[in-house]
Amino acid sequence: MSISLDEVRHVAHLARLELDEIELASFQTKLNALLGHFEDIAGVDVSGVQPKPHAVSLVNILADDVVIEGLEREQALLNSAETKAGLFIVPTIIEE
Amino acid sequence: MADYVVSVGMEVHAELLTQSKMFCRCKVAFGGMPNTRVCPVCIGLPGTLPVPNRAAVEMVLKTALALNCTIAIDSVFHRKNYFYPDLPKGYQVSQYGDTNPIGYDGYLEIPTPEGGTKKIKIRRVHLEEDTGKLMHLPGGGSGVDYNRAGVPLMEIVTEFPPDIESPDDAREYLVQLRSLLVYLGVTDGKMAEGSVRCEPNISIREKGSTQYGTKTELKNLNSFRAVQLGVAFEAKRQAEVLESGGTVRQETRGWNEATESSFLMRTKESEQDYRYFPCPDLIPMHFSEEQIERVRSTIPELPLAKLQRYRADYALSDYDAGLLVADRDWAMFFEEALELGGEAKAICNWMNGDFAKMLNESGQGAMAGGKSHPERKTSLVRPEHLVDLAKLVSDATINGKMAKEIFAEVFDTGKMPSQIVEEKGLRQVTDTGAIASAVAEVLASNGSQVEAYRGGKESLIGFFVGQVMKKTQGRANPQLVQDELKKQLSGD
Repeated sequence: MSISLDEVRHVAHLARLELDEIELASFQTKLNALLGHFEDIAGVDVSGVQPKPHAVSLVNILADDVVIEGLEREQALLNSAETKAGLFIVPTIIEE
Repeated sequence: MADYVVSVGMEVHAELLTQSKMFCRCKVAFGGMPNTRVCPVCIGLPGTLPVPNRAAVEMVLKTALALNCTIAIDSVFHRKNYFYPDLPKGYQVSQYGDTNPIGYDGYLEIPTPEGGTKKIKIRRVHLEEDTGKLMHLPGGGSGVDYNRAGVPLMEIVTEFPPDIESPDDAREYLVQLRSLLVYLGVTDGKMAEGSVRCEPNISIREKGSTQYGTKTELKNLNSFRAVQLGVAFEAKRQAEVLESGGTVRQETRGWNEATESSFLMRTKESEQDYRYFPCPDLIPMHFSEEQIERVRSTIPELPLAKLQRYRADYALSDYDAGLLVADRDWAMFFEEALELGGEAKAICNWMNGDFAKMLNESGQGAMAGGKSHPERKTSLVRPEHLVDLAKLVSDATINGKMAKEIFAEVFDTGKMPSQIVEEKGLRQVTDTGAIASAVAEVLASNGSQVEAYRGGKESLIGFFVGQVMKKTQGRANPQLVQDELKKQLSGD
């Protein structure tokens, strides 16, 4: 299991990371080391072990449908770099 | 031009009728001031932990069962990662995988014009969260309102290859699905407010070919009519592209209601890579047989079954039964009237006739189940009014014309029809002696018309009936008047 330079480039793009050629090569080495660990894990004999839907052995942790008052608008907007008329202001993004 | 067939896959999103959001307990509502129904969970602040809404989970389970789906025994939530600020976390919580959604491999039956039904296979029914709303500001930048972010959203996707093969099928599927969801009480079904949203994937191929064409996705369809027109338009547009030697591109197109045409929104060059993975913050759902059966037992009679029952048991036409069934509360009003002893056909005629017309004209809505109308001013007319009125007609206490006038008064005042009859002394004249003398008077004062009638101008019977009704202030039994006129005119 190994990752190509193009795949590193693709993953970086998905994460919106701008990497130069040197950084790409460096991440390729690091990610390949990481994948090596996964190979070790994949090598473990798990025959007879039931797959689990989650690492925690709990199911149905659900809440009743009852409204609880949230934040005041001023509080909600407090950490926004820019606000206008009660809205969070973000740079205009054209969907790709 | 080659003969093309159209195939349509449907993605329908429905906002669930819960009080609170999917993963936090902020209030769910339409409109209002921006960012007034938000909390640390739905604005994605670090360190918060989402907890799924039990009511939303059961609504999707109920829908999946009504759509004849297999229920996932263990079902988990996934993160769908993308960069767009309509959700502040950087991902949407959704459900991925073929057998992981709460329901999969189901079907919905839709009526066909020939009077039968057709099965539309359903691939999945899953639960996710709605996004916030972005407003692009004229001065640059976008404003974000997270009131809708995290509202429980159910997605229902049809199976591939598609069973929907015409614009009519597409419309009918949406009509039936929306109706079913409203009957189940899981959504309010308001398409104009976006409570139910539909995105068809449309492709065409030459008749006989097994190779499906490239599909385009259509957005902004806010009505049944828009879905039908939109699918038809896309099929025609794609055919024209192919006929002119071009190729259909995979793209997302928007529907322009005003021009009734679609426009390019964006081209999908490659399938988006959302890097789905199970959300570690959310614990899996597990559905026991007991829970499934408990939820199944809460499913009411569904619209198609109701329609077929109305046709079979009450001999109502497709059209009449369809009008009654189209709205759950309207059907409930009808059934309440029947429980009170109303005769089906007569009740149906009053409801789909004068009552519906007056409700529309006055902007009122009918009550149902003892509850007032959820949005409009509630009409004073209750099921027992129609039962009473229909009975007054059927036992000939009043005639049809009088009944219409009485109904108008019932509509305005909420008085019982029989009370109005008593108060105004409106009983129909069925006394044959009184009718005979009225007829005799009319014939005596219209000598020339009597002569013309006897000379063969039989259409004059209507004139005579009108005169007698006038003389009796519209209260004579029209049938008795006719009989008496014919008797006296035939020369006795």
